[in-house]
Amino acid sequence: MADITASEIPAGGLVTSDGRPLKTALADAQARAKRRAFLLVAPLLVFVVVTFIVPIGQMMHQSIYNDGFSANMPRITAWFAENPIGTEPDETAFEALALDVRDSAAAKTIGVVGTRVNYEMSGTRSLFTSTGRKAKDFSEPYHEALRAADAKWDNPELWATMRQVSRAYSPNFFLAALDLTRDTQGNIVRVPEERQVYVNLFIKTFGLGLLITFTCFLLGFPIAHLLAILPLRWSNLLMILVLLPFWTSLLVRTTSWMVLLQQQGVLNSLLVWSGIIGDDGRIQMIYNQTGTIIAMTHILLPFMILPLYSVMRPIPPSYVRAARSLGATSWTAFRRVYLPQTLPGIGAGSLLVFILAVGYYITPALVGGASGQLISNLIAFHMQDSLNWSLAAALAALLLAAVLVLYWLYDRLVGIDNLKLG
Amino acid sequence: MALPTYADPLEKIWYYTYRTICALIFIFLIAPILIVIPLSFNAEPYFTFTQKMLSFDPEGYSLRWYDLLLTQPGVPADVPRDAAWWARVWNEAAWINAAKNSVIIGFFSTIVAAALGTLAALGLSRPEMPYRRAIMAVLISPMIVPIIITATGLFFFYSNPCALISWTGLDQQCGRLAGTYFGVVLAHATLGIPFVIITVTATLVGFDQSLNRAAMSLGASPTTTFFKITMPLILPGVISGALFAFVTSFDEVVVVLFVAAHDQQTIPRQMWNGIREQISPAILSVATILVIVSVGLLAMVELLRRRSERLRGVTPH
Repeated sequence: MADITASEIPAGGLVTSDGRPLKTALADAQARAKRRAFLLVAPLLVFVVVTFIVPIGQMMHQSIYNDGFSANMPRITAWFAENPIGTEPDETAFEALALDVRDSAAAKTIGVVGTRVNYEMSGTRSLFTSTGRKAKDFSEPYHEALRAADAKWDNPELWATMRQVSRAYSPNFFLAALDLTRDTQGNIVRVPEERQVYVNLFIKTFGLGLLITFTCFLLGFPIAHLLAILPLRWSNLLMILVLLPFWTSLLVRTTSWMVLLQQQGVLNSLLVWSGIIGDDGRIQMIYNQTGTIIAMTHILLPFMILPLYSVMRPIPPSYVRAARSLGATSWTAFRRVYLPQTLPGIGAGSLLVFILAVGYYITPALVGGASGQLISNLIAFHMQDSLNWSLAAALAALLLAAVLVLYWLYDRLVGIDNLKLG
Repeated sequence: MALPTYADPLEKIWYYTYRTICALIFIFLIAPILIVIPLSFNAEPYFTFTQKMLSFDPEGYSLRWYDLLLTQPGVPADVPRDAAWWARVWNEAAWINAAKNSVIIGFFSTIVAAALGTLAALGLSRPEMPYRRAIMAVLISPMIVPIIITATGLFFFYSNPCALISWTGLDQQCGRLAGTYFGVVLAHATLGIPFVIITVTATLVGFDQSLNRAAMSLGASPTTTFFKITMPLILPGVISGALFAFVTSFDEVVVVLFVAAHDQQTIPRQMWNGIREQISPAILSVATILVIVSVGLLAMVELLRRRSERLRGVTPH
């Protein structure tokens, strides 16, 4: 290649053969390469945004939006909007309410309205439906008519609640998900002790997640270490024992634990047969918290072992030998030399197991009984049984926020690129 | 690592204790999976080994629970098993139909996930890819976000997918994805994508870009280069990613519970119902079949991994 001397560089700097400045040509080429790379990713990105990000966005919207009241009760909703908080309901208000109840009953949406109010103030659904049945005969004065239908219509608490639910957008479902509510003045207060469910369940979910992460670490560390120090042909063979559970259906593994741990199951029968417990002393090991912990530890264990193994394998055994030759006991050599080198693996495995544990649904639902349920199970309950979708969405949004924080942490500490599967 | 000759007695004790502990943990890992296999041949409707099974009496074992899979519900068991009977099993047996649905849904969602995922992995592996980290985080997130949240979101989205484009003035009720095969396939493809991305990008780490440049400099078009040079080299990674995606779909139950109708009954959903109602040993026979399937898949992935390492000249570490 010919040398380029200063005299050969034209006044405008280096140019390409077609006369463009080299700088622009290079920038163009780089932009083109960027565009090409992005175009390869674009189809998938669009796909994931449509089938995953948008649905989750819709769920978040549902958590703050519920027009069950406002869409079906337009007149009273307008009255609430016109009159400030604390206004005593007058005859106009009762007229608006009575006509709305009448129209809503005729359109068969009064149940929806009642359900919406009932979320905030229990026992009110029947008030709406029963009044709805009488509403077609209502006439002036409407205050008297409503009072005749049910005396509860004079309850100021009910009016405060209706004012709240008349706004389609409200943070009330998030308040409910945090065991908070509003009093008649609209101040945020804690719900009575006996109705506080969700905060405790969040704490329990995270507590169980930590416990399961810890048991996974306790069981996973020795295995990963053994696999890392054995000769490759042995460790590859034993690795199959780790990977087989990983590849086996979740439902199969959960079923297996049911079979093993049932009161009439294999483990109890073994204990009875060996005389450790009597036939009437069979232990309840499943359909409670214990069952959830055992089954989830088993299911998540490979997620701990694989990252640990991939960090431990490249650690040269000569380091520990060097420590020993310098006079360290084997415990000191392990603690001061080996363990610190495995910290990245411990971090990666623990975070991954914890993230997966706090969102678990299937296993607690099947083997958890009453005491082993996690927050996911309550979300499913509100989606499928109580049909309070907005509350389910608010709980899901809170869980999602927690998981995303952990995911961000994982990306910062471990890097998503380092996620390995087998 | 063998026990060094200079080990003191305490270390010798620890050496054997440690191996025993490891053996126990391996038993913990593997026993629950193996235990269902013999129990699925139980002649009695129990979930424990009967006296006859323990004494290896042939009478203690039977295939009745496997037979139940073919005859439930309503296919007569005690008639001659001719072609007509098998045709009836093929069309009516609940477990057979669930298996068909699982395979169909798994197949199509795997195709979508593998095709889009491989393309994206190729883009993500290029050094000039902009916003690489953020995009990767988005694409992997379906694996991290709790499945119940995904299912809840899809439930809202599928009940009225056209709300998305309502601003264009189109009819809001233009279609439904809930209760359709298409909807389930889309959802399962999304769940399988992270696995394809992870395995294919891992394969591409050791990929020598100069091979592509060599092909192009010899006059190959980008398409030819891709199919003749890149594809054969990354194929093992693509296939094992696809197998992961297939297993994800094949094992998925929560999304199916939330967005599918009865027509899309899959094996996991059928199992779920079976476990929730009254667990019968028929579940164990299904579990046994699934264990055998997963052993096969695992063997396949292991072979592919070794082949890929050999192809790329990576020595096993």
